[in-house]
Amino acid sequence: MSTPYAKLPAWADYGLIPLINLFVAFVVAGFVVLLVGENPLRAAVILVEGAFGKGTGIAFTLFYATTFIFTGLSVAVAAHCGLFNIGTEGQAYIAGLGIAIVCLSFDSTLPWWLTFPLAIIAAAAVGALWALIPAYLQAKRGSHIVITTIMFNFIAASIMVYLLVGPLKPAASQAPQTRNFLAGAELPKLNWIIELFGAKIRSAPLNVTFLLALVMAFLVWLLIWRTKLGYEMRTYGHSPKAARYAGISETRIIITAMMISGALAGMMALNPVMGDQHNVAIDFVSGAGFVGIAVALMGRLHPFGIVLAAVLFGMLYQGGAELAFEMPAISRDMIVIIQGLVILFAGALEHMFRPYIQALFASFSPRSVGMEAVKGKGA
Amino acid sequence: MDVFNAIIQTLDSTIRLSVPLLLACLAGLYSERAGIFDIGLEGKMLVGAFAGAAAASVFHSAFLGLGMAVVISVAFAMIHGFASITHRGNQIVSGVAINFIAAGSTIILGQAWFQQGGRTPALQPGERFEAITLPGAEAIRDVPIIGPIYAELLSGHSILVYLAFLMVPFTWWVLFRTRFGLRLRAVGENPAAVDTAGISVAWLRYRALICTGILTGIAGAYLSMVQNGGFVKDMTAGKGYIALAALIFAKWKPVNAMFACLLFGFLDAASIRLQGSPLPIIGKVPAQFMQALPYILTVILLAGFIGKAIPPRAGGVPYVKER
Repeated sequence: MSTPYAKLPAWADYGLIPLINLFVAFVVAGFVVLLVGENPLRAAVILVEGAFGKGTGIAFTLFYATTFIFTGLSVAVAAHCGLFNIGTEGQAYIAGLGIAIVCLSFDSTLPWWLTFPLAIIAAAAVGALWALIPAYLQAKRGSHIVITTIMFNFIAASIMVYLLVGPLKPAASQAPQTRNFLAGAELPKLNWIIELFGAKIRSAPLNVTFLLALVMAFLVWLLIWRTKLGYEMRTYGHSPKAARYAGISETRIIITAMMISGALAGMMALNPVMGDQHNVAIDFVSGAGFVGIAVALMGRLHPFGIVLAAVLFGMLYQGGAELAFEMPAISRDMIVIIQGLVILFAGALEHMFRPYIQALFASFSPRSVGMEAVKGKGA
Repeated sequence: MDVFNAIIQTLDSTIRLSVPLLLACLAGLYSERAGIFDIGLEGKMLVGAFAGAAAASVFHSAFLGLGMAVVISVAFAMIHGFASITHRGNQIVSGVAINFIAAGSTIILGQAWFQQGGRTPALQPGERFEAITLPGAEAIRDVPIIGPIYAELLSGHSILVYLAFLMVPFTWWVLFRTRFGLRLRAVGENPAAVDTAGISVAWLRYRALICTGILTGIAGAYLSMVQNGGFVKDMTAGKGYIALAALIFAKWKPVNAMFACLLFGFLDAASIRLQGSPLPIIGKVPAQFMQALPYILTVILLAGFIGKAIPPRAGGVPYVKER
């Protein structure tokens, strides 16, 4: 075992190891629940029942998942190109501005199916533009993209606060948010799909953005693994030197990847703004951009994995709300801990258990880890 | 005299507001100089603030609180080290994780232990660090110019404030005048060379992170035990990131770090002071603009328009002994 990370069978690499990491993250979270003085197993049961037990719960779970699919894809696209986009939060937040402009201008004249495409374009464009500056600075001036995107999160937040307590706020209102959108900017709900299966839904914000998220997941898969651009991005992410040698323009690939990432982040804003709140309010993103980091890492940067991870986090959000209701000692901030633990174990410590699993595999079948013959049997 | 008093007061709050930034910024200096990016300054400050206020109110001792803040903050720094040094994980991912764990656990544990909506009990006198009156401050208070400067600006801060500013020359001395500092800087530039010299890269980086943890712990304790009489959820409110910005602005140098933090603290103090009142010539400046200014300045600096910020060369790269 001279190379530390030898090959494992694909199912172990993409299935077993993430599951083990996830399991460990939840065990540690369980200890926190114990520390608070509650029973972690009971907490887990309440959480899962709250998320999937009733139709309303499922609809809420998928509503949250929609948001996380977008942010997860956003982080993943940048990551394939070797860029860490921490700015998803800010890109989504500022995209609310684009949506607000479209919705406030057209909600009284156009039907939703005309407002929606315009809002998609506006959200994606604003998000992409917000990612463009850090991307340009990274490509042309070598400014570290992690730092610049963090700074841009704060700048975005300042701009949005300024606009929402000032120009975008109706004069008569006190609340720092835009006026409520009219019917022309309200997206239809998708709850009937779940009701087809016989479940009853009281009121849940699941809406057509969910379908848009799934389409985007497919398009991202297409982009990354089936197009020249995606190939170039992966090449650059793997080895910038090799990419340069192959004649790939560094500037172009960084800026393209970041703008796609920013556009996906921007589209996230459609879900809460047009699908649920029907206005743009302060801090409507509320950390979803950061959840995207956890989702992307857990989904191993693959759209399919990201959708699954997003549903898991949707479950945590919805189930967590129920949990806070049943166990007052555990508020929804428990999810923030779980999120952190998932990022820690599935991200930073992703290789912690690898050597052990490799040893395990090697002892069962040496060929599965790419060894030619069992050691010590040389002629 | 009104203008003069206003200036003194603004500068006084500049000092108060820049202390947590300065401590966190110096903390980041140790780890980044050793080649470990630390996005988790924010989280470590937050757990420090919580642990400090919680321990101080339970044990009725400010110094026990400070000690606990440092211990817990160092523990979080060690998690960062375990992930990014021992397991060679992505340092940024690890830092992000620490920020989340800190944000969530301080609220959950605070609520479970004290039942005050994530706050810790208000600290009583003796449980927090009181202001120190420098000798002779009262005697010369009425002397024009010098009096107010000495009595208002320099005197009347808590011990942590003086400690923070003493840490600047101390950090300079450690980094640039001791063997440990030389090695620490070397490990951030060229860890292979340090390894060849027979010095453990991992142990050196762990020690740098211990320094980081100590300083973020003090920074957190300052927030919850000096600036505020107790812990409030999310009380760091992005200060860890501003400290990071200040660190870049200071080009990873201790004395520059002090000036960067004072500048950012001044912007904060000025935005509080100017709230709503118009400036001459420029007119009314939105408070949000003043709040965003540190970030905007840092981006401009990073873009290379004001000098060039060159980070330690081995920053962010896990060290692999041999392949």
